[in-house]
Amino acid sequence: MSTDTDAYVFTPTPPQPPPANTVGVVGWLRGNLFNGWFNSLLTIAAIYLLYLTIPPLINWAFLSATFSGTDRTACEASPDGACWTFIKVRFNQILFGFYPDGEQWRPIVTFVVGLGALVSTVFRTPARRWTVLFLLTLYPVAAFFLLAGGYFGLTEVETAKWGGLTVTLVVSVTGIVASFPIGIVLALGRRSNMPIVRSACVVFIELVRGVPLISVLFMASVMLPLFLPEGMNFNKLLRALVGVTLFTAAYMAEVVRGGLQAVPKGQYEGAAALGLGYWRMMILIILPQALKLVIPSIVNSFISLFKDTTLVYIVGLFDVLEIIRVSTKDANWIGLEKEGYVFAALMFWVFCFAMSRVSLRIEKRLDTSHRK
Amino acid sequence: MAKDGAAAGEARKSSLIHDPAFRSIAFQIVLLALVLFVGWYLFQNTTQNLASRNIASGFGFLDQPAGFDIIQTLIPFSQSATYGEAFIVALLNTVLISAFGIVFATIIGFIVGIARLSNNWIVARLATVYVETLRNIPLLLQIFFWYFAVLRALPGPRDSHNAFDAFFLNQRGLYFPAPVMEDGFWTIPVAFLIGVAIAFGVSRWARKRLMETGRQFHSFWVGLGVIVALPVLAALVTGVPFTWELPELKGFNFKGGVVVIPEFMAVLFALSLYTASFIAEVVRSGILAVSKGQTEAAHALGLRHGLTLRLVVIPQALRVMIPPMTSQYLNLLKNSSLGAAVGYPELVAVVAGTVLNQTGQAIEVIALTMAVYLTFSLLISLFMNWYNARKALVER
Repeated sequence: MSTDTDAYVFTPTPPQPPPANTVGVVGWLRGNLFNGWFNSLLTIAAIYLLYLTIPPLINWAFLSATFSGTDRTACEASPDGACWTFIKVRFNQILFGFYPDGEQWRPIVTFVVGLGALVSTVFRTPARRWTVLFLLTLYPVAAFFLLAGGYFGLTEVETAKWGGLTVTLVVSVTGIVASFPIGIVLALGRRSNMPIVRSACVVFIELVRGVPLISVLFMASVMLPLFLPEGMNFNKLLRALVGVTLFTAAYMAEVVRGGLQAVPKGQYEGAAALGLGYWRMMILIILPQALKLVIPSIVNSFISLFKDTTLVYIVGLFDVLEIIRVSTKDANWIGLEKEGYVFAALMFWVFCFAMSRVSLRIEKRLDTSHRK
Repeated sequence: MAKDGAAAGEARKSSLIHDPAFRSIAFQIVLLALVLFVGWYLFQNTTQNLASRNIASGFGFLDQPAGFDIIQTLIPFSQSATYGEAFIVALLNTVLISAFGIVFATIIGFIVGIARLSNNWIVARLATVYVETLRNIPLLLQIFFWYFAVLRALPGPRDSHNAFDAFFLNQRGLYFPAPVMEDGFWTIPVAFLIGVAIAFGVSRWARKRLMETGRQFHSFWVGLGVIVALPVLAALVTGVPFTWELPELKGFNFKGGVVVIPEFMAVLFALSLYTASFIAEVVRSGILAVSKGQTEAAHALGLRHGLTLRLVVIPQALRVMIPPMTSQYLNLLKNSSLGAAVGYPELVAVVAGTVLNQTGQAIEVIALTMAVYLTFSLLISLFMNWYNARKALVER
């Protein structure tokens, strides 16, 4: 119909650039901070809040703070700033308590080795199985002999002299390692078919989970001596460890039970069909799968245990917090509570935050499901 | 198959040890014997130890005079009161701090949890910082911080912070005016109760009408109005039957008014802020568990953002949140025992502390303390289970 010559050639108009207020910094601001009157109000309030808190905080903690000197007089020049001199002078005690000066390499070696082995298990290193085995068997024994001494030419350091971060780490690590097997046994007992075994485990778990740790520690400190035959006595550290371990074991049992319940029934039936007995079924088939599922929860239990170790002051141990609390009562350093507690908070925060990140990392790596 | 097994078992009588049923019974008997033996052994040791230390046993001490003071009492208490009364006072203090803690932690937790999901970048970041900071610092440390570094560092009574000459904040606590009742004061609480009853009735009626006709009614505002207006009206009609007693500086300290002791404030701040960081995570995961389709459908129906959250998302998220929320509440109750560390007179401080030191009856005292916490744990979980059953999805 129409002639070939005036065929319409389609030339698209070039796309217009997006409106200037939706791209770049302005666009981001409009999209994320000022979309709507309510959000704008919130943003302004938040910025005002930051303005009120952050500059004074930086000023207090860094700009006007005192870092030098060896006693209180060094801080008198800038009373508005933090007196970090206090922390500097007490730092050794915060780490080691009253551990003798010449022997402090021992806790250091213990923790560096432990931390090194632990970190190497998180990353993919060749001998991971052996490292885990070392951490669970040889390491605790070696650590005990190294810290307590009295053998192999090491001078004995009684546990009453341990303190600070050393005690915090010893209590939390021992608590988690010792409560692990007890927790597994309790969890298996709770899922057992035998009524007496099951009720014994349920009663223990629910009793312990229903009371605060502080009362368990009170019990360990005042009732344990009554339970033992006359003349037999426990040192304070062991009392705290017994209390903390029993307490954590109950929580650990619930964590493991969660894992046991998550293993599909077919696995139990398959193992039984292969003719495996109860213990071989559990050890070879069920527990490896169940424990793998709950590793993140175990790390979380460890984090809460680590925070809870601050309660061991009840039995008279000097953990990090107690050392700092006692130091702030020192006549030479009175009135420096803020510095002390802020530093303690920072220390705990670094440990707990790092562990929670590790837990996330493990969770991602172990996630073999095909969920998206 | 079972029959075959039984037959085989009979055929090989000698191998009773391989019979699972027999083994399970034998194992349980051994366990029971072991538990009984350990129990008996501990009991023996304990009675011996108690005898040699001259410690009495039994709960008779509860009727003896206590002879100490408690800095915060909800019921009248004096040095001449008994240990039993001290126990009640301590129990009420624990209940008080836990109740306040639960309310504040829930409110802050909900706000922070929702803020973490906000599309406002800076608000979401601030909420994240809040959660990650507070939940990674031990509660005891937070209590110490509030108590020793903040509240104990406040000025003394003479230089206290002052608002309207009625509210004072100093080292000794927060002072505010107390109402002094006069004749006819009873009308106000009665009017309040009537107001609550009316509000409840209105909300039920409004809900019924909404279900039948779809017409909405502002029952919340009406209810609130009634609850506030009736007591005010009662007060006006009876000629304001109360006066305010202002706290006044007399000598070295304030007299009159109501005082909130710094121990209470420190524990309450730390407990609510700490638990709120966990509740925020519970709220966040609960809201994330509601599928996005629900939000989109609600938007498509024309519901605004706030209404979507209130009518569609939160009711569904609540179902997911209830079990973890229960355990947070239980944790808060148990954590209130840390008040003992700064001398807040709650159960552990008074009973497991002072009473234990004075009487030396460790077993009874610790058992009493633990029994209380166990009872509370049971009550809270029963209540939350009931609530959970009410809110659970009714599937057809």
